Amino acid sequence: MRIGDAKQTYEADEAIWTSPTQKFWFALLLLSLLVFPFMANAYLLYLGCLVGIAVISTTGLNILTGFTGLISLGQAGFMGVGGYTVAWFSLNTGLPFPVTLLLAGLLAAAVGILVGLPSLRVKGLYLAIATLAASVFLHFIFAEWESVTGGMGGLSLEPAHLFGFSFQSDFGMYFIIVPLAVLMVFAARNVFRTRIGRAFIAIRDRDISAEILGIDLLRYKLMSFALSSFYAGVAGGLFAYFYRVVTPESFPLSMSIFYLAAVIVGGMGNLLGGILGAAFMTLIPEILKLLTAALTPFYPNAPVFMSPMLEIIFGALIVGFLIFEPHGLAEIWHRIRRFFSLWPFRN
Amino acid sequence: MDWLFFGEISLAGLAMGGLYALIALGFVIIYKATRVINFAIGEIMMFAAYLFLAFAGALEMSPWVALPLAVLGGSILGGVIEKVMIRPMLGESPISVVMVTIGIASILVGLVELIWGADPQLLPSFLPREPVFIGEMYLAPKIAYGFLIGAALLILYLLYFRFSRGGVALRATASDQAAAYSMGINVRRVFNLAWVFGSLAASLAGVLVAATGGLSPQFGAIGLSVLVVVIVGGLDSILGALIAGVFIGWLETVAGAYLGGEYRMPATFAVLAVILVIRPYGLFGTHEIERV
Repeated sequence: MRIGDAKQTYEADEAIWTSPTQKFWFALLLLSLLVFPFMANAYLLYLGCLVGIAVISTTGLNILTGFTGLISLGQAGFMGVGGYTVAWFSLNTGLPFPVTLLLAGLLAAAVGILVGLPSLRVKGLYLAIATLAASVFLHFIFAEWESVTGGMGGLSLEPAHLFGFSFQSDFGMYFIIVPLAVLMVFAARNVFRTRIGRAFIAIRDRDISAEILGIDLLRYKLMSFALSSFYAGVAGGLFAYFYRVVTPESFPLSMSIFYLAAVIVGGMGNLLGGILGAAFMTLIPEILKLLTAALTPFYPNAPVFMSPMLEIIFGALIVGFLIFEPHGLAEIWHRIRRFFSLWPFRN
Repeated sequence: MDWLFFGEISLAGLAMGGLYALIALGFVIIYKATRVINFAIGEIMMFAAYLFLAFAGALEMSPWVALPLAVLGGSILGGVIEKVMIRPMLGESPISVVMVTIGIASILVGLVELIWGADPQLLPSFLPREPVFIGEMYLAPKIAYGFLIGAALLILYLLYFRFSRGGVALRATASDQAAAYSMGINVRRVFNLAWVFGSLAASLAGVLVAATGGLSPQFGAIGLSVLVVVIVGGLDSILGALIAGVFIGWLETVAGAYLGGEYRMPATFAVLAVILVIRPYGLFGTHEIERV
């Protein structure tokens, strides 16, 4: 039984593992992630991959919006940059996937820096609209720059390959996506233990105070944009390898909103929240699909109602979480944990 | 260059811009009074247009009865949204409030699809059909009359804000909330009023735009063009909304006619990007000075 967690040093407060119990559960999680593809059927495997991609992108957006306080409606655009980069390089140079993914991340980061430039002068909603403008331009480029992006038809690409081994199936992709997701979430966790991450949080809490404390606002805001777009680019690259086709319609504006919603539903400024939110938002449509399939024998019209119902549920989730549970799923998770930590006492 | 063609296109664009100005006005009223950016404005328009479709089409009312009813429905929707979903968010961060309106937009799209289906629909035509000529230039009657109706409402609004009690209360709240409170203005009511009036303007514009261009659940995307308008004009400037609305409407139509439909959005967003760089708070917006 563990009661409370008073910490006496800064190091203890910043430690990733606060207790052996935590290490144990994390090891169990990793193990189950490893065992999962061998136990799961094709459908669950497919979902696992989707969640993995969503986790990476949501974590990226969380760095920007949740931790730095810069709202962005351009996440899908950055993912698109990643997706097209991967597609172009693997079609035209045949580079193996680790290289193309890295390039995807770097190019997306470069675009992110460009998009972040107005953040010196505008913030809040003006910045949100600036990122929206960026995603409109990116969408336009994807659709019109035909010699590179294949226009509206998009690009199809070969399966990811490394050392003559090609990752053709979802089973193979799982072993690219999920380890990368774990790695990148960990990297993000560590960023927030350094001075860079601390600067991000200071900017979020009050940017002018942060500047007075000696934080170079533009530099750190751009860094946040770059980091976040790097995550988006890698997620977009994985997305491209997973579906093996990218078109301008693969990365619509609604996708940006989806990720913003995932960050909010999970819990802004909380990495665990990003993960929970990404999984939750990805799985909701699937659960609804199952429900529809179960209802179809009784109501033959059920499938017709599914897509509007999905829109309504999606919106209601956003509104409901913001009004009733502003700290998101992460807060629910913490409450559950606290309950077990304090048991048998009540708070 | 064919000047007659350019003139006709420009005229159509300006008329469309007038409707944009009307929507932008709805947007600015809500922002000025409550500091909420309403991303759901396009969907409120869409909802009102569908109401019109239901009243005039399915229930076979006269369009001139259906139009006020639909606009009334849209305004009530705005008021209800404010009461139920925006008020609890009072004092939360702007990001959260914006996300609430995005959520509302999604709910409205789903509702409309659920009730009216996902297929595009045509509104029963109710505006006079005789072509309008200004000099030699032809202007589609729907656009011309739509513009006139919109302009009439615009003038009514400006008069209302200038002279009526409610309008003064709204302006007072917009310029200093705390002072308005202490002078006995019921700020909560003003917030609600702002949403009702904003939604009213948007609803009327919604019916008029849908009457010219048809209606589908994707109709709300027009809200994006309006976002450009209000950012260019300045989020809290009514004058800015009017000028930028007309300008963006013109630019969009001209770009669409000369460069092709796919250039409409990039053209307006390019203007937006330039404005953000040179005048980040819009042409007529107030630049707020921040202190720690």
